[in-house]
Amino acid sequence: MSGNLGGLDALINSASTLGPTPLVPLADTECEELEQALIVNLLGPFRLTKALFGALAASAQEGRGAAVINISSDAAVNAYSGWGAYGASKAALRHLTAIWAKEAGAEGVAFLSIDPGDMDTPLHALAVPDADPTTLLRPEEAAAEIVRSLLAALPSQAARPAVHP
Amino acid sequence: MIGAKRPDRRSAKLLTVDADGGMRQLPRAALASLFSPGDLVIANDAATLPASLKGIHCASGEPIEVRLAAWVSIRDPTRFAAIAFGGGDHRTPTEDRMLPPSLSPGDRLTLGPLVAIVEHPLDDPRLFRLRFLGDRATVLAGLARHGRPIQYAHVPEPLALWEVWTRIAADPIAFEPPSAGFAFDWHTRRVWRQRGIGFATLTHAAGISSTGHPELDLRLPFDEPYRIPEHTAATIRRAKTKDHRIIAIGTTVVRALESAANADGSVRAEDGVSSGRIGRETPLRVVDAILTGVHQRGESHFELLRAFADDAVLDQISEALGQHGYRPHEFGDSILIERHPCIARHYPTPNGGPTDNQHSCKGEIHRWCERQIYVGLSWAFAEAHRQMTLRGGGPP
Repeated sequence: MSGNLGGLDALINSASTLGPTPLVPLADTECEELEQALIVNLLGPFRLTKALFGALAASAQEGRGAAVINISSDAAVNAYSGWGAYGASKAALRHLTAIWAKEAGAEGVAFLSIDPGDMDTPLHALAVPDADPTTLLRPEEAAAEIVRSLLAALPSQAARPAVHP
Repeated sequence: MIGAKRPDRRSAKLLTVDADGGMRQLPRAALASLFSPGDLVIANDAATLPASLKGIHCASGEPIEVRLAAWVSIRDPTRFAAIAFGGGDHRTPTEDRMLPPSLSPGDRLTLGPLVAIVEHPLDDPRLFRLRFLGDRATVLAGLARHGRPIQYAHVPEPLALWEVWTRIAADPIAFEPPSAGFAFDWHTRRVWRQRGIGFATLTHAAGISSTGHPELDLRLPFDEPYRIPEHTAATIRRAKTKDHRIIAIGTTVVRALESAANADGSVRAEDGVSSGRIGRETPLRVVDAILTGVHQRGESHFELLRAFADDAVLDQISEALGQHGYRPHEFGDSILIERHPCIARHYPTPNGGPTDNQHSCKGEIHRWCERQIYVGLSWAFAEAHRQMTLRGGGPP
Protein backbone atom coordinates (compact mmCIF):
# COMPACT_ATOMS: atom_id res chain seq x y z
CA MET A 1 0.00 0.00 0.00
CA SER A 2 2.66 2.52 0.97
CA GLY A 3 4.51 1.62 -2.24
CA ASN A 4 1.51 2.55 -4.32
CA LEU A 5 0.85 5.81 -2.48
CA GLY A 6 4.44 7.01 -2.78
CA GLY A 7 4.53 8.30 0.79
CA LEU A 8 2.22 8.61 3.75
CA ASP A 9 1.04 11.77 5.53
CA ALA A 10 -1.88 10.46 7.57
CA LEU A 11 -3.13 7.26 9.13
CA ILE A 12 -6.65 6.84 10.52
CA ASN A 13 -7.24 3.76 12.65
CA SER A 14 -10.97 3.35 12.46
CA ALA A 15 -11.83 -0.35 12.52
CA SER A 16 -13.23 -1.56 15.85
CA THR A 17 -15.01 -4.48 17.41
CA LEU A 18 -17.52 -4.31 20.25
CA GLY A 19 -16.49 -7.55 21.87
CA PRO A 20 -19.38 -9.87 22.78
CA THR A 21 -22.80 -8.88 21.41
CA PRO A 22 -25.37 -8.44 22.68
CA LEU A 23 -23.38 -6.62 25.33
CA VAL A 24 -22.70 -8.64 28.47
CA PRO A 25 -21.26 -7.86 31.92
CA LEU A 26 -17.53 -8.43 32.36
CA ALA A 27 -18.21 -11.43 34.62
CA ASP A 28 -19.94 -13.07 31.64
CA THR A 29 -17.27 -12.05 29.10
CA GLU A 30 -15.09 -14.93 27.90
CA CYS A 31 -11.35 -14.37 28.19
CA GLU A 32 -11.06 -14.94 24.45
CA GLU A 33 -13.65 -12.23 23.78
CA LEU A 34 -11.67 -9.66 25.77
CA GLU A 35 -8.51 -10.81 24.03
CA GLN A 36 -10.17 -10.38 20.63
CA ALA A 37 -11.31 -6.86 21.49
CA LEU A 38 -7.78 -5.91 22.55
CA ILE A 39 -6.32 -7.40 19.37
CA VAL A 40 -8.65 -5.47 17.08
CA ASN A 41 -8.99 -2.20 19.00
CA LEU A 42 -5.50 -1.87 20.49
CA LEU A 43 -2.91 -4.18 18.94
CA GLY A 44 -4.14 -3.61 15.37
CA PRO A 45 -3.66 0.17 15.49
CA PHE A 46 -0.34 -0.31 17.35
CA ARG A 47 1.05 -2.73 14.76
CA LEU A 48 -0.04 -0.65 11.79
CA THR A 49 1.23 2.60 13.31
CA LYS A 50 4.58 0.99 14.20
CA ALA A 51 5.01 -0.40 10.68
CA LEU A 52 4.22 2.98 9.12
CA PHE A 53 5.98 5.21 11.65
CA GLY A 54 9.09 5.49 9.47
CA ALA A 55 6.98 6.66 6.53
CA LEU A 56 5.15 9.17 8.74
CA ALA A 57 8.43 10.49 10.17
CA ALA A 58 9.82 10.85 6.62
CA SER A 59 6.76 12.86 5.60
CA ALA A 60 7.23 15.11 8.64
CA GLN A 61 10.93 15.53 7.89
CA GLU A 62 10.13 16.68 4.37
CA GLY A 63 7.75 19.34 5.68
CA ARG A 64 4.51 17.67 4.62
CA GLY A 65 3.51 16.93 8.21
CA ALA A 66 2.20 13.64 9.53
CA ALA A 67 -0.72 12.66 11.71
CA VAL A 68 -2.24 9.54 13.22
CA ILE A 69 -5.89 9.62 14.23
CA ASN A 70 -7.22 6.88 16.46
CA ILE A 71 -10.98 6.68 16.68
CA SER A 72 -12.05 6.77 20.30
CA SER A 73 -15.32 6.70 22.21
CA ASP A 74 -16.82 8.14 25.37
CA ALA A 75 -16.71 4.51 26.56
CA ALA A 76 -12.92 5.04 26.70
CA VAL A 77 -13.45 7.65 29.43
CA ASN A 78 -16.67 6.67 31.21
CA ALA A 79 -17.47 3.27 32.73
CA TYR A 80 -20.69 1.93 31.18
CA SER A 81 -22.13 -1.39 32.34
CA GLY A 82 -21.93 -3.99 29.58
CA TRP A 83 -19.22 -2.17 27.63
CA GLY A 84 -16.26 -3.82 29.42
CA ALA A 85 -14.32 -5.36 26.53
CA TYR A 86 -14.94 -2.39 24.23
CA GLY A 87 -14.42 0.27 26.92
CA ALA A 88 -11.23 -1.26 28.29
CA SER A 89 -9.71 -1.66 24.83
CA LYS A 90 -10.71 1.88 23.78
CA ALA A 91 -9.35 3.31 27.06
CA ALA A 92 -6.07 1.56 26.37
CA LEU A 93 -6.02 2.92 22.80
CA ARG A 94 -6.71 6.43 24.08
CA HIS A 95 -3.80 6.22 26.52
CA LEU A 96 -1.54 4.67 23.89
CA THR A 97 -2.38 7.62 21.63
CA ALA A 98 -1.61 10.14 24.38
CA ILE A 99 1.78 8.59 25.15
CA TRP A 100 2.66 8.26 21.49
CA ALA A 101 1.73 11.94 21.01
CA LYS A 102 4.33 12.88 23.66
CA GLU A 103 7.02 10.64 22.22
CA ALA A 104 6.48 11.48 18.55
CA GLY A 105 6.01 15.23 18.90
CA ALA A 106 9.73 15.79 18.42
CA GLU A 107 9.60 13.83 15.14
CA GLY A 108 6.76 16.03 13.92
CA VAL A 109 4.17 13.23 13.94
CA ALA A 110 0.87 14.32 15.56
CA PHE A 111 -1.33 11.79 17.37
CA LEU A 112 -5.01 12.50 18.03
CA SER A 113 -7.85 10.64 19.70
CA ILE A 114 -11.18 11.62 18.21
CA ASP A 115 -14.53 10.59 19.61
CA PRO A 116 -16.99 11.08 16.77
CA GLY A 117 -20.02 10.50 19.06
CA ASP A 118 -22.87 8.03 18.59
CA MET A 119 -23.18 7.20 14.91
CA ASP A 120 -25.85 5.37 12.95
CA THR A 121 -23.67 2.35 12.17
CA PRO A 122 -24.12 -1.43 12.25
CA LEU A 123 -21.82 -1.50 15.27
CA HIS A 124 -24.05 0.92 17.19
CA ALA A 125 -27.12 -1.10 16.22
CA LEU A 126 -25.51 -4.22 17.67
CA ALA A 127 -24.79 -2.43 20.95
CA VAL A 128 -28.04 -0.46 21.24
CA PRO A 129 -30.63 -2.18 18.99
CA ASP A 130 -33.53 0.06 20.04
CA ALA A 131 -31.78 3.43 19.53
CA ASP A 132 -33.71 6.08 17.57
CA PRO A 133 -31.64 6.55 14.35
CA THR A 134 -32.76 10.19 14.06
CA THR A 135 -30.84 11.00 17.26
CA LEU A 136 -27.63 9.52 15.82
CA LEU A 137 -24.93 11.20 13.76
CA ARG A 138 -24.70 10.09 10.13
CA PRO A 139 -21.29 8.46 9.51
CA GLU A 140 -20.46 10.79 6.60
CA GLU A 141 -20.93 13.83 8.87
CA ALA A 142 -18.62 12.26 11.43
CA ALA A 143 -16.09 11.47 8.69
CA ALA A 144 -16.12 15.07 7.46
CA GLU A 145 -15.42 16.26 11.00
CA ILE A 146 -12.51 13.80 11.32
CA VAL A 147 -11.02 15.02 8.03
CA ARG A 148 -11.30 18.63 9.26
CA SER A 149 -9.40 17.70 12.43
CA LEU A 150 -6.80 15.87 10.35
CA LEU A 151 -6.20 18.84 8.06
CA ALA A 152 -5.92 21.10 11.10
CA ALA A 153 -3.17 18.82 12.46
CA LEU A 154 -1.14 19.02 9.22
CA PRO A 155 0.75 22.09 7.95
CA SER A 156 -1.45 24.29 5.74
CA GLN A 157 -1.49 23.47 2.05
CA ALA A 158 0.17 26.76 1.17
CA ALA A 159 3.08 25.96 3.48
CA ARG A 160 3.62 22.52 2.03
CA PRO A 161 6.41 22.07 -0.48
CA ALA A 162 5.62 20.78 -3.93
CA VAL A 163 5.38 17.00 -3.94
CA HIS A 164 7.54 15.14 -6.42
CA PRO A 165 5.51 13.82 -9.36
CA MET B 1 8.41 -8.14 16.96
CA ILE B 2 11.03 -10.26 18.63
CA GLY B 3 11.50 -13.49 16.71
CA ALA B 4 13.19 -16.18 18.79
CA LYS B 5 14.85 -17.03 15.50
CA ARG B 6 16.54 -13.68 15.26
CA PRO B 7 19.33 -12.34 17.44
CA ASP B 8 18.07 -9.78 19.92
CA ARG B 9 19.00 -6.30 18.75
CA ARG B 10 19.40 -5.20 22.36
CA SER B 11 22.30 -7.59 22.93
CA ALA B 12 24.24 -6.52 19.84
CA LYS B 13 27.86 -5.42 20.04
CA LEU B 14 29.69 -2.48 18.51
CA LEU B 15 33.36 -2.19 17.58
CA THR B 16 34.45 1.40 17.14
CA VAL B 17 37.58 2.24 15.17
CA ASP B 18 38.86 5.79 15.42
CA ALA B 19 40.80 7.65 12.76
CA ASP B 20 44.11 6.39 14.12
CA GLY B 21 43.00 2.77 14.14
CA GLY B 22 42.32 2.69 17.90
CA MET B 23 39.57 0.21 18.76
CA ARG B 24 36.94 0.01 21.49
CA GLN B 25 34.36 -2.67 22.16
CA LEU B 26 30.98 -1.43 23.32
CA PRO B 27 27.42 -2.65 23.62
CA ARG B 28 25.64 -1.30 20.55
CA ALA B 29 23.24 0.60 22.79
CA ALA B 30 26.22 2.88 23.51
CA LEU B 31 25.68 4.34 20.05
CA ALA B 32 23.47 6.96 21.72
CA SER B 33 26.47 8.27 23.69
CA LEU B 34 28.87 8.54 20.72
CA PHE B 35 29.57 11.51 18.41
CA SER B 36 29.85 15.20 19.22
CA PRO B 37 27.34 18.04 19.21
CA GLY B 38 26.86 19.26 15.65
CA ASP B 39 27.73 15.93 14.08
CA LEU B 40 25.13 14.69 11.63
CA VAL B 41 23.99 11.09 11.23
CA ILE B 42 22.42 10.08 7.92
CA ALA B 43 20.39 6.88 7.53
CA ASN B 44 18.64 5.08 4.68
CA ASP B 45 14.88 4.95 5.24
CA ALA B 46 14.08 2.54 2.39
CA ALA B 47 11.66 -0.19 3.41
CA THR B 48 12.20 -3.67 2.03
CA LEU B 49 10.04 -5.25 -0.63
CA PRO B 50 8.80 -8.82 -0.35
CA ALA B 51 11.16 -9.59 -3.24
CA SER B 52 11.20 -13.40 -3.18
CA LEU B 53 8.48 -15.05 -5.25
CA LYS B 54 7.91 -18.76 -5.62
CA GLY B 55 6.13 -20.20 -8.60
CA ILE B 56 6.28 -22.31 -11.72
CA HIS B 57 8.18 -21.93 -14.97
CA CYS B 58 5.33 -22.75 -17.36
CA ALA B 59 7.44 -24.06 -20.28
CA SER B 60 9.08 -26.78 -18.15
CA GLY B 61 6.51 -27.10 -15.36
CA GLU B 62 9.38 -26.87 -12.90
CA PRO B 63 9.40 -24.89 -9.66
CA ILE B 64 11.29 -21.62 -9.60
CA GLU B 65 12.15 -18.99 -7.01
CA VAL B 66 12.51 -15.50 -8.40
CA ARG B 67 14.36 -12.88 -6.38
CA LEU B 68 13.81 -9.36 -7.62
CA ALA B 69 17.29 -7.85 -7.57
CA ALA B 70 17.31 -4.41 -9.20
CA TRP B 71 15.02 -1.79 -10.70
CA VAL B 72 14.90 -1.25 -14.44
CA SER B 73 13.24 2.08 -13.68
CA ILE B 74 12.31 3.18 -10.16
CA ARG B 75 9.02 4.61 -11.41
CA ASP B 76 7.93 1.33 -12.98
CA PRO B 77 7.29 -1.52 -10.52
CA THR B 78 6.40 -3.93 -13.33
CA ARG B 79 9.93 -4.53 -14.66
CA PHE B 80 12.91 -5.81 -12.71
CA ALA B 81 16.26 -7.50 -13.03
CA ALA B 82 15.94 -10.76 -11.17
CA ILE B 83 17.85 -13.79 -10.03
CA ALA B 84 16.29 -17.24 -10.28
CA PHE B 85 16.83 -20.44 -8.34
CA GLY B 86 15.39 -23.88 -8.95
CA GLY B 87 13.51 -25.96 -6.38
CA GLY B 88 14.43 -26.06 -2.69
CA ASP B 89 14.27 -23.21 -0.24
CA HIS B 90 16.33 -20.69 1.65
CA ARG B 91 17.59 -23.27 4.18
CA THR B 92 20.02 -24.35 1.47
CA PRO B 93 22.81 -21.75 1.23
CA THR B 94 22.42 -19.83 -2.03
CA GLU B 95 25.72 -21.16 -3.37
CA ASP B 96 24.32 -24.73 -3.17
CA ARG B 97 20.90 -23.99 -4.63
CA MET B 98 19.79 -25.77 -7.80
CA LEU B 99 19.97 -23.87 -11.07
CA PRO B 100 16.62 -22.65 -12.34
CA PRO B 101 15.04 -24.21 -15.43
CA SER B 102 16.53 -22.79 -18.64
CA LEU B 103 14.93 -19.40 -19.32
CA SER B 104 14.13 -18.11 -22.81
CA PRO B 105 12.68 -14.76 -23.90
CA GLY B 106 8.90 -14.86 -23.72
CA ASP B 107 8.73 -17.66 -21.12
CA ARG B 108 5.86 -17.29 -18.67
CA LEU B 109 6.31 -17.61 -14.93
CA THR B 110 3.28 -17.95 -12.67
CA LEU B 111 4.19 -16.51 -9.30
CA GLY B 112 1.13 -16.81 -7.06
CA PRO B 113 -1.41 -14.29 -8.36
CA LEU B 114 1.21 -12.70 -10.62
CA VAL B 115 2.31 -13.65 -14.11
CA ALA B 116 5.74 -12.58 -15.30
CA ILE B 117 7.30 -12.79 -18.75
CA VAL B 118 11.03 -13.37 -19.20
CA GLU B 119 12.33 -10.42 -21.23
CA HIS B 120 16.08 -10.91 -21.50
CA PRO B 121 17.94 -13.87 -20.13
CA LEU B 122 21.34 -12.40 -19.32
CA ASP B 123 24.76 -13.96 -19.65
CA ASP B 124 24.31 -16.15 -16.57
CA PRO B 125 21.63 -18.85 -16.30
CA ARG B 126 20.33 -17.29 -13.07
CA LEU B 127 20.22 -13.66 -14.12
CA PHE B 128 17.42 -12.25 -16.24
CA ARG B 129 15.06 -9.38 -16.73
CA LEU B 130 11.30 -9.82 -16.28
CA ARG B 131 8.08 -7.93 -16.82
CA PHE B 132 4.93 -8.54 -14.77
CA LEU B 133 1.61 -8.53 -16.57
CA GLY B 134 -0.81 -5.93 -15.23
CA ASP B 135 -0.59 -2.36 -14.04
CA ARG B 136 1.35 -0.86 -11.17
CA ALA B 137 -1.40 -1.34 -8.56
CA THR B 138 -1.98 -4.97 -9.56
CA VAL B 139 1.71 -5.79 -9.36
CA LEU B 140 2.24 -4.09 -6.00
CA ALA B 141 -0.85 -5.83 -4.59
CA GLY B 142 0.40 -9.17 -5.94
CA LEU B 143 3.84 -8.62 -4.40
CA ALA B 144 2.26 -7.68 -1.07
CA ARG B 145 0.10 -10.82 -1.04
CA HIS B 146 2.46 -13.44 -2.48
CA GLY B 147 5.97 -12.07 -2.02
CA ARG B 148 8.14 -12.90 0.97
CA PRO B 149 11.22 -11.06 2.06
CA ILE B 150 14.42 -12.60 0.77
CA GLN B 151 15.39 -15.19 3.38
CA TYR B 152 18.74 -16.22 4.80
CA ALA B 153 20.15 -19.69 5.34
CA HIS B 154 21.32 -18.65 8.82
CA VAL B 155 17.72 -17.88 9.87
CA PRO B 156 15.87 -21.21 9.41
CA GLU B 157 12.40 -19.95 10.32
CA PRO B 158 10.96 -17.70 7.61
CA LEU B 159 11.31 -13.99 8.31
CA ALA B 160 8.14 -11.90 8.16
CA LEU B 161 8.16 -8.63 6.26
CA TRP B 162 8.19 -6.49 9.41
CA GLU B 163 11.31 -8.28 10.61
CA VAL B 164 13.27 -6.94 7.64
CA TRP B 165 12.03 -3.36 8.08
CA THR B 166 14.20 -0.99 10.08
CA ARG B 167 12.65 1.41 12.61
CA ILE B 168 12.68 4.17 9.99
CA ALA B 169 11.49 2.08 7.04
CA ALA B 170 9.31 4.28 4.81
CA ASP B 171 9.14 3.84 1.03
CA PRO B 172 9.35 0.12 0.09
CA ILE B 173 11.97 0.18 -2.66
CA ALA B 174 14.85 -1.94 -1.30
CA PHE B 175 15.30 -5.59 -2.30
CA GLU B 176 17.13 -6.50 0.86
CA PRO B 177 17.14 -4.49 4.08
CA PRO B 178 19.63 -1.64 4.47
CA SER B 179 20.69 -3.71 7.46
CA ALA B 180 23.11 -1.30 9.13
CA GLY B 181 19.93 0.60 9.99
CA PHE B 182 18.87 -2.16 12.41
CA ALA B 183 21.30 -0.48 14.82
CA PHE B 184 19.08 2.61 14.89
CA ASP B 185 16.12 3.04 17.22
CA TRP B 186 13.99 5.99 18.30
CA HIS B 187 15.48 6.03 21.79
CA THR B 188 18.91 6.65 20.26
CA ARG B 189 17.39 9.40 18.13
CA ARG B 190 15.97 11.07 21.25
CA VAL B 191 19.31 10.99 23.08
CA TRP B 192 21.12 12.32 20.00
CA ARG B 193 18.63 15.17 19.78
CA GLN B 194 19.20 16.04 23.46
CA ARG B 195 22.96 16.00 22.83
CA GLY B 196 22.74 18.22 19.74
CA ILE B 197 23.55 15.48 17.26
CA GLY B 198 21.67 15.83 14.01
CA PHE B 199 19.83 13.11 12.13
CA ALA B 200 18.39 13.04 8.63
CA THR B 201 17.41 10.41 6.09
CA LEU B 202 17.71 9.63 2.43
CA THR B 203 16.15 6.77 0.50
CA HIS B 204 18.38 4.33 -1.34
CA ALA B 205 17.04 1.19 -3.03
CA ALA B 206 19.45 -1.31 -1.51
CA GLY B 207 19.85 -4.19 -3.94
CA ILE B 208 20.45 -7.85 -3.48
CA SER B 209 23.52 -8.54 -1.30
CA SER B 210 24.64 -11.91 -2.60
CA THR B 211 23.71 -14.17 -5.49
CA GLY B 212 25.64 -17.22 -4.32
CA HIS B 213 27.66 -17.09 -7.52
CA PRO B 214 31.17 -15.58 -7.18
CA GLU B 215 31.26 -14.16 -10.71
CA LEU B 216 27.88 -12.53 -10.29
CA ASP B 217 28.80 -11.28 -6.83
CA LEU B 218 31.77 -9.46 -8.33
CA ARG B 219 29.24 -7.27 -10.13
CA LEU B 220 27.50 -6.26 -6.92
CA PRO B 221 26.22 -3.83 -5.98
CA PHE B 222 23.97 -3.36 -8.99
CA ASP B 223 22.91 0.15 -10.00
CA GLU B 224 20.74 1.50 -7.19
CA PRO B 225 18.37 4.47 -7.42
CA TYR B 226 18.30 6.94 -4.55
CA ARG B 227 16.53 10.10 -3.46
CA ILE B 228 18.11 12.78 -1.33
CA PRO B 229 15.43 15.17 -0.02
CA GLU B 230 16.04 18.92 -0.01
CA HIS B 231 15.83 18.96 3.80
CA THR B 232 18.63 16.40 4.08
CA ALA B 233 20.85 18.16 1.54
CA ALA B 234 20.37 21.45 3.40
CA THR B 235 21.20 19.84 6.75
CA ILE B 236 24.39 18.37 5.30
CA ARG B 237 25.35 21.73 3.80
CA ARG B 238 24.99 23.42 7.19
CA ALA B 239 27.00 20.72 8.98
CA LYS B 240 29.78 20.89 6.37
CA THR B 241 29.96 24.67 6.62
CA LYS B 242 30.63 24.35 10.35
CA ASP B 243 33.08 21.49 9.73
CA HIS B 244 30.98 18.97 11.63
CA ARG B 245 31.29 15.29 10.84
CA ILE B 246 28.89 13.34 8.64
CA ILE B 247 28.24 9.80 9.85
CA ALA B 248 26.64 7.39 7.40
CA ILE B 249 24.56 4.46 8.65
CA GLY B 250 25.32 1.79 6.09
CA THR B 251 27.11 1.39 2.79
CA THR B 252 24.02 2.49 0.85
CA VAL B 253 24.14 5.91 2.51
CA VAL B 254 27.81 6.24 1.53
CA ARG B 255 26.99 5.31 -2.06
CA ALA B 256 24.11 7.79 -2.30
CA LEU B 257 25.94 10.69 -0.64
CA GLU B 258 29.15 10.21 -2.61
CA SER B 259 27.18 9.85 -5.87
CA ALA B 260 25.45 13.17 -5.18
CA ALA B 261 28.56 14.93 -3.84
CA ASN B 262 29.64 18.35 -4.96
CA ALA B 263 33.33 19.27 -4.99
CA ASP B 264 32.90 21.25 -1.75
CA GLY B 265 31.56 18.26 0.17
CA SER B 266 27.91 19.31 0.04
CA VAL B 267 25.40 17.08 -1.75
CA ARG B 268 22.73 17.73 -4.32
CA ALA B 269 19.09 17.11 -3.43
CA GLU B 270 18.21 14.79 -6.28
CA ASP B 271 16.79 11.56 -7.59
CA GLY B 272 19.85 9.72 -8.85
CA VAL B 273 21.38 6.33 -9.46
CA SER B 274 24.55 5.19 -7.74
CA SER B 275 26.43 2.99 -10.13
CA GLY B 276 30.00 3.15 -8.92
CA ARG B 277 31.74 0.61 -6.75
CA ILE B 278 33.39 2.47 -3.91
CA GLY B 279 36.82 1.20 -3.00
CA ARG B 280 40.33 2.19 -2.06
CA GLU B 281 40.72 4.72 -4.86
CA THR B 282 37.43 6.48 -4.25
CA PRO B 283 37.77 9.91 -2.72
CA LEU B 284 35.24 10.47 0.06
CA ARG B 285 33.90 13.98 -0.27
CA VAL B 286 31.04 13.85 2.19
CA VAL B 287 31.21 10.99 4.67
CA ASP B 288 33.57 11.05 7.67
CA ALA B 289 32.55 7.81 9.39
CA ILE B 290 30.48 4.74 8.62
CA LEU B 291 28.38 2.57 10.91
CA THR B 292 27.97 -0.78 9.21
CA GLY B 293 27.55 -4.49 9.73
CA VAL B 294 30.33 -7.02 9.96
CA HIS B 295 31.40 -7.84 6.40
CA GLN B 296 33.67 -10.54 5.03
CA ARG B 297 36.67 -9.89 2.85
CA GLY B 298 35.73 -9.96 -0.84
CA GLU B 299 32.15 -8.72 -0.35
CA SER B 300 31.41 -5.42 -2.06
CA HIS B 301 30.50 -3.99 1.36
CA PHE B 302 33.98 -4.86 2.64
CA GLU B 303 35.62 -3.32 -0.44
CA LEU B 304 33.80 -0.09 0.35
CA LEU B 305 35.50 0.03 3.75
CA ARG B 306 38.85 0.43 1.97
CA ALA B 307 37.77 4.00 1.27
CA PHE B 308 37.74 4.55 5.05
CA ALA B 309 40.70 2.59 6.37
CA ASP B 310 43.93 1.21 5.01
CA ASP B 311 44.61 -2.49 4.71
CA ALA B 312 46.61 -2.72 7.94
CA VAL B 313 43.70 -1.30 9.95
CA LEU B 314 41.17 -3.48 8.12
CA ASP B 315 43.31 -6.51 8.99
CA GLN B 316 43.28 -5.52 12.65
CA ILE B 317 39.51 -5.01 12.50
CA SER B 318 38.97 -8.44 10.93
CA GLU B 319 41.15 -10.01 13.58
CA ALA B 320 39.31 -8.30 16.45
CA LEU B 321 35.91 -9.22 14.99
CA GLY B 322 36.89 -12.86 14.66
CA GLN B 323 38.57 -13.06 18.05
CA HIS B 324 35.58 -11.65 19.92
CA GLY B 325 32.87 -13.50 18.03
CA TYR B 326 31.15 -10.64 16.26
CA ARG B 327 28.18 -11.89 14.23
CA PRO B 328 28.58 -11.15 10.54
CA HIS B 329 25.09 -11.47 9.04
CA GLU B 330 22.28 -8.99 8.32
CA PHE B 331 21.00 -9.13 11.90
CA GLY B 332 24.43 -9.26 13.51
CA ASP B 333 26.74 -6.81 15.24
CA SER B 334 28.03 -3.44 14.09
CA ILE B 335 31.26 -1.57 13.50
CA LEU B 336 31.85 2.16 13.37
CA ILE B 337 34.86 3.27 11.34
CA GLU B 338 36.12 6.83 11.27
CA ARG B 339 37.93 7.70 8.10
CA HIS B 340 41.68 7.29 8.36
CA PRO B 341 43.32 10.72 7.96
CA CYS B 342 45.51 9.16 5.27
CA ILE B 343 42.40 8.63 3.18
CA ALA B 344 41.68 12.29 2.90
CA ARG B 345 39.19 14.62 1.35
CA HIS B 346 40.27 16.39 -1.80
CA TYR B 347 38.26 19.54 -1.61
CA PRO B 348 39.21 22.92 -0.20
CA THR B 349 38.22 23.53 3.40
CA PRO B 350 35.17 25.78 3.79
CA ASN B 351 37.19 28.72 5.09
CA GLY B 352 39.28 28.71 1.94
CA GLY B 353 42.38 27.49 3.74
CA PRO B 354 44.73 24.81 2.57
CA THR B 355 43.12 21.65 1.34
CA ASP B 356 43.08 18.49 3.36
CA ASN B 357 45.33 16.95 0.73
CA GLN B 358 48.28 17.79 2.91
CA HIS B 359 47.15 15.07 5.32
CA SER B 360 47.04 12.44 2.67
CA CYS B 361 49.57 9.77 1.85
CA LYS B 362 51.20 10.98 -1.32
CA GLY B 363 50.86 7.70 -3.12
CA GLU B 364 47.10 7.85 -2.78
CA ILE B 365 46.64 11.18 -4.50
CA HIS B 366 47.32 10.24 -8.09
CA ARG B 367 45.07 7.24 -7.74
CA TRP B 368 42.06 9.30 -6.75
CA CYS B 369 41.18 10.00 -10.32
CA GLU B 370 41.49 6.37 -11.32
CA ARG B 371 38.15 5.35 -9.92
CA GLN B 372 37.48 1.70 -10.24
CA ILE B 373 35.37 1.19 -13.27
CA TYR B 374 32.41 -0.72 -12.09
CA VAL B 375 31.14 -3.47 -14.34
CA GLY B 376 27.54 -3.50 -13.32
CA LEU B 377 24.21 -4.75 -14.29
CA SER B 378 23.85 -2.08 -16.93
CA TRP B 379 26.84 -3.63 -18.60
CA ALA B 380 25.31 -7.08 -18.32
CA PHE B 381 22.13 -5.87 -19.99
CA ALA B 382 24.03 -4.18 -22.77
CA GLU B 383 26.20 -7.25 -23.28
CA ALA B 384 23.30 -9.67 -23.32
CA HIS B 385 21.44 -7.45 -25.73
CA ARG B 386 24.49 -7.26 -27.98
CA GLN B 387 24.88 -11.03 -27.96
CA MET B 388 21.25 -11.56 -28.80
CA THR B 389 21.49 -9.03 -31.57
CA LEU B 390 24.53 -10.90 -32.94
CA ARG B 391 22.58 -14.13 -32.84
CA GLY B 392 19.73 -12.47 -34.68
CA GLY B 393 17.48 -12.76 -31.66
CA GLY B 394 16.21 -9.91 -29.56
CA PRO B 395 13.85 -8.97 -26.83
CA PRO B 396 10.23 -10.10 -27.25
